[in-house]
Amino acid sequence: MAQPDRPPTQRTDRSPWNWLLVIPIVVPLLVVLYNGKAPTLFGFPRFYWLQLAFIILGVGTTTLVYQLTKKTGR
Amino acid sequence: MWRDHLTEIIITTALFLFVSGLGFFAARWRRADDLRHLDEWGLGGRKFGGWITWFLVGGDLYTAYTFVAVPALLFGAGATGFFAVPYTVIIYPMVFLVLARLWSVSHRHGFVTPADFVRSRSGSSTMALLVAITGIVATMPYIALQLVGIEAVLKAMRIPGTWPLIVAFAVLAAFTYQSGLRAPAMIAFVKDILIYLVIIVAIIYIPSKLGGWASIFGAADTKFKATNGTILNASNQWQYITLAFGSALALFLYPHSVTGVLASKNRGVIKRNMSALPAYSLLLGLIALLGYMAIAAKVAPIPGDNNTVVPLLFDKMFPSWFAGVAFAAVAIGALVPAAIMSIAAANLFTRNIYKEYLKRDATPAQEAGVSKVASLIVKAGAVVVIIIIPVQFSIDLQLIGGVIILQTLPAVALGLYTGWFHRWGLVAGWFAGMGLGMWMLYQIPNPATSHKHFGGSAFKLSTWFDPTSIGLNANTTVYVGFVAVLVNVIVAVLITMLCKALKAPDGVDLTTRDDYFADEGDPRIGPPTVDTPAEPALL
Repeated sequence: MAQPDRPPTQRTDRSPWNWLLVIPIVVPLLVVLYNGKAPTLFGFPRFYWLQLAFIILGVGTTTLVYQLTKKTGR
Repeated sequence: MWRDHLTEIIITTALFLFVSGLGFFAARWRRADDLRHLDEWGLGGRKFGGWITWFLVGGDLYTAYTFVAVPALLFGAGATGFFAVPYTVIIYPMVFLVLARLWSVSHRHGFVTPADFVRSRSGSSTMALLVAITGIVATMPYIALQLVGIEAVLKAMRIPGTWPLIVAFAVLAAFTYQSGLRAPAMIAFVKDILIYLVIIVAIIYIPSKLGGWASIFGAADTKFKATNGTILNASNQWQYITLAFGSALALFLYPHSVTGVLASKNRGVIKRNMSALPAYSLLLGLIALLGYMAIAAKVAPIPGDNNTVVPLLFDKMFPSWFAGVAFAAVAIGALVPAAIMSIAAANLFTRNIYKEYLKRDATPAQEAGVSKVASLIVKAGAVVVIIIIPVQFSIDLQLIGGVIILQTLPAVALGLYTGWFHRWGLVAGWFAGMGLGMWMLYQIPNPATSHKHFGGSAFKLSTWFDPTSIGLNANTTVYVGFVAVLVNVIVAVLITMLCKALKAPDGVDLTTRDDYFADEGDPRIGPPTVDTPAEPALL
């Protein structure tokens, strides 16, 4: 079907870098990593500080994937 | 007596009036030529950039109810309440690619609601109607719960009666009617600045008064000593992760989340926000710990209402002028999501019920008019619900809401990736998941409120079989929504295979592959019209 108003190249969001996104999805669900009290950090038991630290993992990964795929895929 | 809280009341009221003024003023902000178009009233013109989207979606997802209920959960139940943190961490990488696709296809076709997309993708008006009804039913109790946030604050200031609640919602209804999505977008700035301010002060000031974090966690350890409840045990671990995962799957299926996403101006705004929104997750994690601070500060909630612990903690620890600021932050925090939710529910009604079934040739101006009136009705309904029906009922309904909104996952989220599903497969999956979910919820009692049914979302596996036979703890519980959506997907796949084998006529997919990657500046092909000639499905 003729679609003259559409860009000729096939766009895609596929990229091997996208697989990195699996890490911050799986790691926060591994209870065994954080289900304990020692060691404590600033008075926080491990259960609390480690799960809060996963936020950094999430931010870091999504930022990285965005930057790596910005030019090629969209 | 309320007179003892006069400073708090004056400051809260002043801030509330200020943001209400902003809400009315918002109609003039980035003024469109004609606000009488659903894209303008219901999606703010689809041109919000990174910052506005961050404030808007943040204010939309992290609601006043969340800020009141999550610490109340830690206060009452310990570690299980902290599921909100992994939930709001995994959500963003999960939807990173999905939301960009949803934005693109909606930009191209002029979709306003998730049901609009389902209508065009699956070619099934039945499935679109199911998605629309599911969305409206799941959103209504959520709006009602925002009132619980305001109510908790009013109770903490010992203000009697329900009239302040009604006045607050009437003001909200008026400026939403006037300004549409621009109102919560503008108010969200004030709301979030206040919330960040209050929480940063709270996590520095309150622990210093209570002898540091170690003694706060120590007090929680003492309270939950019998069950070692400040960490998880063998029976609630699976509930913890299935609830975090299931809640994450559900969040962006809610119509109000979709509204926030579709209002942004391009794909890059959405993807960058997936890295920026977790700032709110950190905030939520710290707010959750207010529940433990309340334990250490020996706060006694108003009997029968644990949701009052956070306002009472503020009242006890802060000087009264700052407690006033904190109360205003919670109350204003209720306005933003309540406004967006009512707009989203109104859009669903307009696009997928009114336009589809009542008036097919409705003009954009008529659509906007119907949506505005529908948003008023939705909010009036929420006020009536919260005044007439016990709050516990709304909480139960919201719990059910999470389970039912998950049942739109195959049609909406999987639909963004594949057009493979047969329309009848999607419909069958929806009924299977919905039926199973309701049946499981029905079997869950709540001993605390002596409800026999619909008492929670943690389902005991031992109701069905002996969990020890597969190596799990005998008391293992799982999140109902997770099981129900799993069955939904399996049924959808099986029925699709059956329909394809029988060559049952499938719906016509009006989207093409490239639509899912369209960006700002690409031509629009307008809203879906029912009689458009079919394009071949390329996906």
